[in-house]
Amino acid sequence: MPNPIPQPATPQPAIAPPVERENYLNAKYGVWSWLLTTDHKRIALLYLLSITFFFFIGGFFALLIRLELLTPAGDLVQADTYNKLFTMHGMVMVFFFLIPSIPAVLGNFLVPMMIGAKDLAFPRINLLSWYLYVIGGVMMLHCMLTGGVDTGWTFYAPFSTNFTNTKIVEAGLAIFVAGFSSILTGLNFVVTIHRMRAPGMTWSRLPLFIWAHYATSIIQLLGTPVVAVTIVLVAAERALHLGIFDPKLGGDPLLFQHLFWFYSHPAVYIMILPSMGVVTEIIACFSRKRIFGYSFVAFSSIAIAVFGFLVWAHHMFVAGMSVYAALVFSLLSYAVAVPSAIKVFNWTATLYKGSIHYDAPMLYAFGFLGLFTIGGLTGLFLSALGINVHVTDTYFVVAHFHYIMVGGAVMGYLGGMHFWWPKISGKLYPEGWARLAALIVFIGFNLTFFPQFLLGYMGMPRRYYDYSHMPEFQILNVLSTAGATVLGVGYLLPMVYFLWSMRYGKPAPDNPWNAAGLEWKTPSPPPTFNFDEEPVVTWEAYNYDELDSPDLGSPGNDAPHKQEVPVAR
Amino acid sequence: MPDSTVIGLHHEEEHHPELLHHFADAQQQRDSASLGMWVFLATEVMFFGGLFCAYLVYRHWYFPDFAAASKSIDATLGATNTAVLICSSLTVVLAVWAAQTARRTLLIVSLILTMLLGMAFLGIKGIEYREKFVEHHVPGASFSFDKVQVPGHPDQYANPHHAQIFFSLYFVMTGLHALHMIIGLGIFLWLLIMAWKGRFTPEWHTPVEIGGLYWHFVDIVWIYLFPLLYLIDRHP
Repeated sequence: MPNPIPQPATPQPAIAPPVERENYLNAKYGVWSWLLTTDHKRIALLYLLSITFFFFIGGFFALLIRLELLTPAGDLVQADTYNKLFTMHGMVMVFFFLIPSIPAVLGNFLVPMMIGAKDLAFPRINLLSWYLYVIGGVMMLHCMLTGGVDTGWTFYAPFSTNFTNTKIVEAGLAIFVAGFSSILTGLNFVVTIHRMRAPGMTWSRLPLFIWAHYATSIIQLLGTPVVAVTIVLVAAERALHLGIFDPKLGGDPLLFQHLFWFYSHPAVYIMILPSMGVVTEIIACFSRKRIFGYSFVAFSSIAIAVFGFLVWAHHMFVAGMSVYAALVFSLLSYAVAVPSAIKVFNWTATLYKGSIHYDAPMLYAFGFLGLFTIGGLTGLFLSALGINVHVTDTYFVVAHFHYIMVGGAVMGYLGGMHFWWPKISGKLYPEGWARLAALIVFIGFNLTFFPQFLLGYMGMPRRYYDYSHMPEFQILNVLSTAGATVLGVGYLLPMVYFLWSMRYGKPAPDNPWNAAGLEWKTPSPPPTFNFDEEPVVTWEAYNYDELDSPDLGSPGNDAPHKQEVPVAR
Repeated sequence: MPDSTVIGLHHEEEHHPELLHHFADAQQQRDSASLGMWVFLATEVMFFGGLFCAYLVYRHWYFPDFAAASKSIDATLGATNTAVLICSSLTVVLAVWAAQTARRTLLIVSLILTMLLGMAFLGIKGIEYREKFVEHHVPGASFSFDKVQVPGHPDQYANPHHAQIFFSLYFVMTGLHALHMIIGLGIFLWLLIMAWKGRFTPEWHTPVEIGGLYWHFVDIVWIYLFPLLYLIDRHP
């Protein structure tokens, strides 16, 4: 039975403008209906607007960094300004874009829909989390406009506590507040996934997107409080010179690094796990196959969350830590590669003999596969103690984590935005432009960051604004800056055509990709309470063989969008 | 808009005024609220956990100095406060039981008693803090901890820098704990107002239950703080 849920939505007439159904977008109008909403879908859109804003601020800093590095001499900005640029780039991108990106936008929108719930368990706390994010964001903006911070996003003690005279406490408070927002999102997801599943939606029938968000939420819940209390200690240390992190007074700066990385390493998995969830959904849909090894993919998410908490000190191999501890952390860091590789191999096995469609979301998913694999493999270089000493604090590290956090997380985010945009907006985006943008992003990304692997291996240190003693690095830096420009265009394009499609796009059918999953069994855009009838789940996840089987209502329909091919413009 | 009447169609038999639209029934709502509080408490464990970790490191490194500094704070006041909090946990349990069994007067009395005990705790804490201010044991510019003997080693003085780390942790840990107490008092004031209005019934008293969970957690944090901060290497 391919479609046990009665669909009250009348099929969209092909030519005549369809009568607009009541949905979450047109149910109410006015600013207050948005600012006081408790609808998870509207809150997702509030998040979408705010994280896009911060994405472009962070991108602006990145652009200035790349422009400075275009020439070997430090000629665009002063050294102090450059320090602030990379610090603010990191802080904005990590805390105000990457961490909330997929969970707060796509997760917020989709977690209740995918499990057949009317809303998250705590809708008002969900709204509160957005307000906390905005308060943290305004504090961060104020901090940036009144001087910013120059310590690097890691604000290592004792530089941050005793020496720098920039706005550490204010930036710390902004991150503290935004951290609460992240905790509340995670709390809402955990409770929702445990308690709000529709009848028949067992744990083994959950979409893997949900498993990924469950694992992410665990990290948010258990990691974020530790960085919060670390910020409290840094603020107290800075105000009163307590000596907790000051070696002159008997304190231990390494303790700061341990506490900081205990959160900030797992934070990388907060960024990448949801992206893996998105990619899993996309790959299953566009290869028209059940995901290979469902339970392995599900539990590898949990394994990544657990192992992720045990590897933090690989950021500190040259910090003066015990070599025996370094040995253990090196080994454990290798261990994270196992669940990550399980995922990559299972995605590949899903593609094998699949009926693959090269639509824009799938192009992003392919991009993710390649870039995440490169990022992950270079991560193994960095877990190896010997190589780590060689490339510590060089552009090799910068390239590695950008392959994970931008090549991985952002590719997944964009892929997911394309995949679910018809559901979110009720409109189809122009497919041709979208494929072009995916290609531009992929090329631009590699052009930007691959040269940085070479630069780092040749010895260019990160965080230097002037490399005039090594002018031979310029050619690779020019490539990187050129790539950043291409990448910038690739990021602007989707924003333009998504906005365009909201007004001029063709109306989206309920299930434009003929995808499995409860979110596609309700109108696009969905009604305020998601489903007209409470869904009852009687099928397994990713039942594409049933959806595509010729004798079941949709004859021979192996194309994701047979009825409604988006028109390339 | 598809307002609550549309949703209500499926659940007309429930229709408790406190049942929110997106829950199928009261049981689901109660379970969600309870799980939510437990998960939140897990984040709180990690929040205090970072401080306990810092404490562990420095206590291991600077044990004699920590012992000397610990001796300078008043264990009697700390013990009194421990007793006060344990009593308040009892009154919280009474409040939950009273709500379950529809004893409104007992509920109100228990909530008031809990709040009084909480305020007594904060008052005693304030006396302790005042002592520390008077003795210049508050970390910062005016901190002094000169010529204080290490317990059991009359020939050895504590290192003031290391003692300052102890007092820093003492103030941060007890300060954050006190902040949690103040938030708890706010929650209990709200519970009291709700109870006064007669909003809690045996069918619906989830706020009392999860408010109680929070209060118990804050008590348990103190149960750990007390021996760790007040009872390092004490001898009669």
